[in-house]
Amino acid sequence: MHIVYPAVVSALLFSIGVYGVLARRNTILVLMSVELMLNAVNLNLVAFDVWLRDRLHGGQVLTLFVIVIAAAELGLGLAIVLALYRNRRTVDIDRLRDLSEKEYVPVVAEPDTPELAEREPGAGAEGGRPPSTGNGAAGTAARSGERASRGGAQ
Amino acid sequence: MTAAVPSYLSPTVQEIVFLLLGAVAVGSALLVVTTRQLVHAALWLVVSFGALAGCYLVLTAEFVAWVQVLIYVGAVVVLLLFGIMLTRAPIGRAADLDSGNRIVAAVVALATAGVLVAVVVDGFRTAYTPLQPGGGAAGELGASVFRTWVLPFEALSVLLLAALIGAIVLSRTDIKPDDAPPTVESRGK
Repeated sequence: MHIVYPAVVSALLFSIGVYGVLARRNTILVLMSVELMLNAVNLNLVAFDVWLRDRLHGGQVLTLFVIVIAAAELGLGLAIVLALYRNRRTVDIDRLRDLSEKEYVPVVAEPDTPELAEREPGAGAEGGRPPSTGNGAAGTAARSGERASRGGAQ
Repeated sequence: MTAAVPSYLSPTVQEIVFLLLGAVAVGSALLVVTTRQLVHAALWLVVSFGALAGCYLVLTAEFVAWVQVLIYVGAVVVLLLFGIMLTRAPIGRAADLDSGNRIVAAVVALATAGVLVAVVVDGFRTAYTPLQPGGGAAGELGASVFRTWVLPFEALSVLLLAALIGAIVLSRTDIKPDDAPPTVESRGK
């Protein structure tokens, strides 16, 4: 048996798993893709164990261990998914962005708008357009300061 | 390992069988990640894992093959089907199973496949071993597990216990945090 054959099959399985993890939205489908990647690793372990004629059978024993760990990982993962479904009524990864940066959502112009709205009467009393541009600059400065402090906090 | 590497143009029966099983595994894995129906993905996963178990059998790893059938096909896929049912996933054809970055994912996966296949083919072109049956039988593997690898085996049993308790704690709904103020119902109990 040429060792290239199992190695190539496992490389293809692994990249299919990578595609599934990156492209799927449903959490359970992502877990299935993770299982595919683990199986690719198992095939490699078995093939190289057979090739090297390991007297301790390290490759096959490690394959058994990986299978057990994969089962434990899947059990915990599904428990987390079910807890998520109980709390959020969704398992859609794209909608779970509580940990994302808030400014990712296109709110680049929106935070200034209420500020402008409440300062606009005063600016109008002082007269004309120039205060409003200064206002905008102050808004940008405040926003960049906020972003800098957030970066420092990270 | 041997000096004289047989030609790739005259494959043995074992290699042909292995390549057919590998093609089935890769093809059904592709269907797992591209199908539009959630339940069908789990069922194609069964086909893929079964073909992989056949690959292990051809590679003389019998015990690993049967463990693969028992745990993956028997337990893991059933667990996944339970997860699909408990999250009330749409049973029929669903349009929103794929995320918006499919193209990027396909590019990354193709790049991964290209790099891995190129490196593997370049590195192991001359690797060859004749297959001898009996190397992965349950007796030999059991002796190896319980003689050489007994400490990782025991550590793994503790890990399984921890995972079991963790899954129970995560999925129980009647556990409240301790610092929560006592509510009327809990005082009533």
